[in-house]
Amino acid sequence: MSLKGKVALVTGASRGIGAAIADSLAREGAIVIGTATSEAGAVAISARLAEFGGLGMELNVTADDAIENLVAVIEKQHGAIAILVNNAGITRDGLLMRMKDSDWDDIMDTNLKSVFKASKAVLRAMMKARVGRVINIASVVGVMGNAGQANYAAAKAGIIGFTKSMAREVGSRGITVNCVAPGFIDTDMTRALPEAQREALVGQIALGRLGDAQDIADAVVFLASDKAAYITGQTLHVNGGMLMP
Amino acid sequence: MENIEARVKKIVAEQLGVNEAEVKIESSFVDDLGADSLDTVELVMALEEEFECEIPDEDAEKITTVQQAVDYVTAHLNK
Repeated sequence: MSLKGKVALVTGASRGIGAAIADSLAREGAIVIGTATSEAGAVAISARLAEFGGLGMELNVTADDAIENLVAVIEKQHGAIAILVNNAGITRDGLLMRMKDSDWDDIMDTNLKSVFKASKAVLRAMMKARVGRVINIASVVGVMGNAGQANYAAAKAGIIGFTKSMAREVGSRGITVNCVAPGFIDTDMTRALPEAQREALVGQIALGRLGDAQDIADAVVFLASDKAAYITGQTLHVNGGMLMP
Repeated sequence: MENIEARVKKIVAEQLGVNEAEVKIESSFVDDLGADSLDTVELVMALEEEFECEIPDEDAEKITTVQQAVDYVTAHLNK
C-alpha cells in the first residue's frame, strides 16, 4: 500500500491515535506533516518523522486562519496535500445537566469546526489534482451515544454527516472522504476514564479487549491507499465488535 | 480585449471539457456548456489563477456566461 511521495497532513499527531496514524503513513512512504498544539509537541513529531522526510508543525485548530495558513505553507514547501487526516480532538465530559456552554463550544470548535476548515483548505488542490483522500476520525460514541459525552458524541456524529455530504460533493473529482470510527482505544484520553467505567466498556467488546492506536492507524492507511479508491462516504468501524451498526 | 476573451474561452473549454469552438461569447456555462455547480466553482478558481485576481463569492455567483466572465476580468484588470 505504498504512499510514496504523497504529502499527508495529520492533525493532533503528537500522541495517541494521531501519532500512530502519522507514523504509519510515514512508514508507507508519505511525506507526513503532523500537527501539535505546542511547540514542544511539534518538535517531538519532527524527531519521529524526520527519517521519513516528515515534520511536526504547531497548530491550534481553533485559531482564526491558522489551518488555512498552515496549508498554504505546506503547499509551498512540500507541494499539494494528497491525504488529510482530521484527527485532532479533545473531550470535555460531563453530564448534560451540568454541561457548560463553554464545554459544548470547545468541543464543537476543536472537534467539528476544524474538520470543516481543514477539509475546505485542502480541497482546492485536491480538486485540481483530480484525486485526494480525506479521512476523518469519528468515534463509536458518535453512532451509539454515551452518557457524559453529549457534546463529544454530537461533534463526532456531525463529522459523519459532514463526511457523507463532502463525499457526494467532490466524488466526481476523484476525491474520497471517509471516517474511521474508533471504539475503545487504549490512549491517554480513555485512560482518564474511571476504572469501573473502563471495565464495563470492555465487557461490551466482542473481542474482549481494548483496541490499540495501531489498529486505527492501519485502517487509515488502507483508506489512504489506492486500494480504497472505490470507498467513499463510509464510516469504517474499528471497535473490536463493541458496536455493529 | 480580444486577448482576454480568447483566454477566458480557452479556460472555459479546458475546465468544462468542451471543444473551444463550442464556447461562444454568449454561452451560458450551465445551460449551454453542461456545467454543474461544482464546475462553475472550479471555473472561477481557474479564472482567478489565470488572471491573478481574487473573485469574491458574491461576484462569482453572477458570472454565469462567457460574456460575464470577460466583462468581470476586463473591469478588474483595468483597476
